[in-house]
Amino acid sequence: MERLLRYINLNLMGMTLTEKILARHAGLDRVEAGQIINANVDLVLANELSAAVAIGVMRGIKGASKVFDREKIALVEDHFVPAKDAQSAKLAKLMKDFAAEQKITHFFDVGRGGIEHVVLPQEGLVAPGEVIVGGDSHTCTYGALGAFATGMGSTDIAAAFVLGEVWLKVPASIKIIYSGTLGHMVYAKDLMLRTVGELGIDGATYRAIEYHGSTIDEMSITGRFTMANMAIEAGAKNGIFHADDKAIAFVKERTDRPFVVEKADADAVYERVIAIDVANLEPQVACPHTPDNVHSISDVTRDDVVVDQVFIGSCTNGYIDDLRIVAKILEGKKIASNVRVIVNPGSQQVWMQAAQEGVLTTLAAAGCAVNTPGCGACFGGHMGTLGDGERAISTTNRNYVGRMGSPKSEVYLASPATCAASALTGKITDPRVLELAGV
Amino acid sequence: MLHGKAHKYGKNVDTDVIIPGKYCNIIDPAELGKHALEGLDPNYTTKMKSGDIIVADTNFGCGSSREVAPIAIKGSGTSAVIAKSFARIFYRNALNIGLPIFESAEAVDGIDDGDEIEVFPESGVIRNITKGTEYKSAEFPPFMRELIDAGGLVPYVERRLAAKV
Repeated sequence: MERLLRYINLNLMGMTLTEKILARHAGLDRVEAGQIINANVDLVLANELSAAVAIGVMRGIKGASKVFDREKIALVEDHFVPAKDAQSAKLAKLMKDFAAEQKITHFFDVGRGGIEHVVLPQEGLVAPGEVIVGGDSHTCTYGALGAFATGMGSTDIAAAFVLGEVWLKVPASIKIIYSGTLGHMVYAKDLMLRTVGELGIDGATYRAIEYHGSTIDEMSITGRFTMANMAIEAGAKNGIFHADDKAIAFVKERTDRPFVVEKADADAVYERVIAIDVANLEPQVACPHTPDNVHSISDVTRDDVVVDQVFIGSCTNGYIDDLRIVAKILEGKKIASNVRVIVNPGSQQVWMQAAQEGVLTTLAAAGCAVNTPGCGACFGGHMGTLGDGERAISTTNRNYVGRMGSPKSEVYLASPATCAASALTGKITDPRVLELAGV
Repeated sequence: MLHGKAHKYGKNVDTDVIIPGKYCNIIDPAELGKHALEGLDPNYTTKMKSGDIIVADTNFGCGSSREVAPIAIKGSGTSAVIAKSFARIFYRNALNIGLPIFESAEAVDGIDDGDEIEVFPESGVIRNITKGTEYKSAEFPPFMRELIDAGGLVPYVERRLAAKV
């Protein structure tokens, strides 16, 4: 009897946004957390590193000579670009040759793409209600537009290349409700750092994060990209927002493809519900060496934390809005003599827009080195690697030991505004204090 | 049966320390293996012997989706990883590439660095020979067990492909 009641209950209870999307892609009326399903995918993504391994695996699968749909695969050269060395060039070529062989529609070479997670939404390759898997952990970024998106390793990506489906365990969801208006010079990045700090780096492992609340409703699409991007920093499988008018308009400007906007049921079952009031939130900083070691800026700046490098860019904060914030703070000024500032616009399109608006000139005049779009500096690959004993403040998403280079270096994570303020003083600085001081 | 000495580490051993980003353009398992755990313990590959076992606390393999992380561990000759828990993507990757992984909080607490360990993958039994204790690792969920028994994801994909034609 108890089992029967439980069965009836489960079948009457509503579904979360993630469950709704996964049920439809599995051809089922309903799914529940913990269930194993085969879901059809709308897009499979890989970069030159994950693709190189995935292509090797695919070659070993009997009967798999072709990808399932050449228009539903995106291949982006972005990790060691422009090729750092002959070995990196070899991987880039391997992916380029594969794209040609399979006639892949969405192949982005250097100079025509940028960082995968900035490129795909910008090119209209992500729409609400879709299921997207990618050979990169920050694939979860696309949840900003109401898609289910998750990162996987190369063998899973090879399987998705040929099958057009993936096996998934339906994740339980954590609902986070944000209320209040973000203060002056407090941004989506600060809010997400605070969230990762609250959850902990394994606080959402195997879970979906569903973002809600009035703060989110007011937030720009780029702010939502920043927040969805770092869901993985709490261990989450995906982070997802409801696609509102703003998100739908963003997608419709970029594609004519039809899509289904899903909505969580009012009686959906959440594993946890967390409320975060943002009204008094200060700028936040994740201190070395984990992304959940998050502190308010006033605690961090109590002592002078001198930095050697400031990095602006990445799939977290490489958007035009981010560069504009930095340019506004640096305009007409010079960065401190002890620091170098490296800027990587997130994509070729962001780079061009920043150039047209004069943002790049402002940054260069202040003393910043502006690089071509890519992931290199963020993961210690190239184009901004830290040496022994060096310290950086960065707009990126991870600060594990050795993340940006030497295992004896340190990385602090913060918003573009906090990083820009720190560039002017050469030490970690509250952008609000800097503004008051009129520096 | 897997047999070797335990090398014990803490919680949140992330993929950046398992195989630092600068090596992620390498795809040869043996070459990757030379740098396994380099960001956490630069001496790991010199002090370990083939068959040795990594024992770690919670959330092993968090961070990046780089499949070269479990490939590097396997390439170093490490025979298994025992942890209190694994990060999601690493867990899938390890099973997909055939790196044996076992979850057991009791075993991790009962094993010290340098202990001699035996693991029986079929039954999930973990023996600490040095201390004379025995543990049982968490069972794989039925679907994962099926995948493992089928020989991994590739044979599974081949079956799905054949069924689709």
